[in-house]
Amino acid sequence: MSHIRIDNLTKVYMGRRSRPRNIHDPEEHFGDNILVLNDITLGFEEGEMVCILGPSGCGKSTLLRIIAGFEPPTNGTVRVGGQVVSAPSDQSIFVFQQGGLFPWMTVYENVGLGLRHIRDAATKHERIQEYVEMVELEAFEDYYPHQLSGGMQRRVELARALAVNPDLLIMDEPFSGLDFLTHMKMREEVVNMHEFLRKTTLVVTHDIDDALIMGDRIVVLSGRPSAVKLMHALNFPRPRDFEKNPGLSRLRSEIFLMLGVPYAV
Amino acid sequence: MKQHNDGEPTMKDNPEQAPDSGNRSLRLGLLSLLVIILLWEVLARGTGWSVHIFPDPLTVVFSFVELLRDGTLLRHTVASLFRVTAGFYLAVCLGVPIGIVLGRSVNARSLFNPIIQFLRPISPLAWIPLAMLWFGIGDPPAIFLIFLASFFPMVVSTTIAVQNINPTYFQVAANFRFSYQETLTRLILPAIIPDVVTALRMTVTIAWLVVVAAEMIAVQSGLGYLILDARNALRMDYVMNGMIVIGVIGLLLDNIMKRLGDVESSKWGIQAR
Repeated sequence: MSHIRIDNLTKVYMGRRSRPRNIHDPEEHFGDNILVLNDITLGFEEGEMVCILGPSGCGKSTLLRIIAGFEPPTNGTVRVGGQVVSAPSDQSIFVFQQGGLFPWMTVYENVGLGLRHIRDAATKHERIQEYVEMVELEAFEDYYPHQLSGGMQRRVELARALAVNPDLLIMDEPFSGLDFLTHMKMREEVVNMHEFLRKTTLVVTHDIDDALIMGDRIVVLSGRPSAVKLMHALNFPRPRDFEKNPGLSRLRSEIFLMLGVPYAV
Repeated sequence: MKQHNDGEPTMKDNPEQAPDSGNRSLRLGLLSLLVIILLWEVLARGTGWSVHIFPDPLTVVFSFVELLRDGTLLRHTVASLFRVTAGFYLAVCLGVPIGIVLGRSVNARSLFNPIIQFLRPISPLAWIPLAMLWFGIGDPPAIFLIFLASFFPMVVSTTIAVQNINPTYFQVAANFRFSYQETLTRLILPAIIPDVVTALRMTVTIAWLVVVAAEMIAVQSGLGYLILDARNALRMDYVMNGMIVIGVIGLLLDNIMKRLGDVESSKWGIQAR
């Protein structure tokens, strides 16, 4: 039994118009309804880092939002740890693309957001401190998010998510909007964190290299309506390097081709 | 000469020290005031109008001292301030919660927005006859008018502030299992504080505008009454005194509200470091 099971998941966004527009509709509108996810069935193991790739606008984020319980599926079910997902829960924490931190709370308060239930102040403080140190932001506890750089903000968000010790970590394009170096460092940090904690992690990305370097498993979705084009376990040793690993390099070219770029630059 | 000496070091220090630039703008502000008073004096002398029509600054200063001494000015100011405080306080206490409900609930918005948008453009002064009929003479009708004048801006700005909260924050709240109460106290209220403080600043000015008008009709005290009474006695110097006090207090009220906006918690630490 997989840790996460997605069975026959379909999502249709309802538009206002109910009559069909055009019989030969290339995007398969049903009236004004848009089919976003089409009969997706996937299973992920406990502790895996799964990278989901796909062309932009293909419904990757929608898939994540359904798994997190923010949106109901039109059809099919999502199970996390055997439980059908029906509402958001602090067992699956969503790390937002950007700006998920509360700007009116300090770093310390943000990280403590999921630890409100801990009555004992000393235990709580220790726990917050532990995660603040884990993302190397000690001495920044009293800063407000906008006083930090983009990379630091992502790290705070990561600490906030990890502090509640969720079953599942869901990251929607965690590196978007970061400069190249910060992106690389952040990626390394996420991989190290995952090696260390072995927490089931779903990452949506449009960066093929990110997916291949980070993932234990890679899922490629087709354009809208999304269907699973490829699901592949990546059993390459870490740290991964395209040049030293011809298999990885070949897979990279294949995926580039799959996503419509014939020559991997 | 003295001014010149004061001015020079300010200009030199200006780029380095922020407090000095505040000092400088204060000084410039006072300078413009001085120019106005000078112009006033020149006009009063030049036109040759009677003191009863266009009193010169000195006459106004003398009558100001006179009114200050016999306590008239203080009494009227306190009366006006009481009415503004009461009406404004009521409007904020009702307007902010209603605004939050309207901002969060589409149904509530569809239900009440038409009424609010219909009543909002009606000047509070149009309510004067009804207010007098309903509440009689004295403080209540004036407070009612001030309430009306401040209530709608507070509701509308709070509604907009709540609607403008980034929807991601509500998803974060759901993710971390916020209760309704936590969503209110840890998300909605802190998120709207900056906008609400701005709204308070705008609204207190409106309330202060309306109190003077309200006092010209229904009551026997307050700065509005003072002005009306002085007009009946053809004492334009008293009228000007009333205007000056109204202006100064308006300035003070705005300043208090601005200070409120400077409280760190309402700025999310912006400029705090």
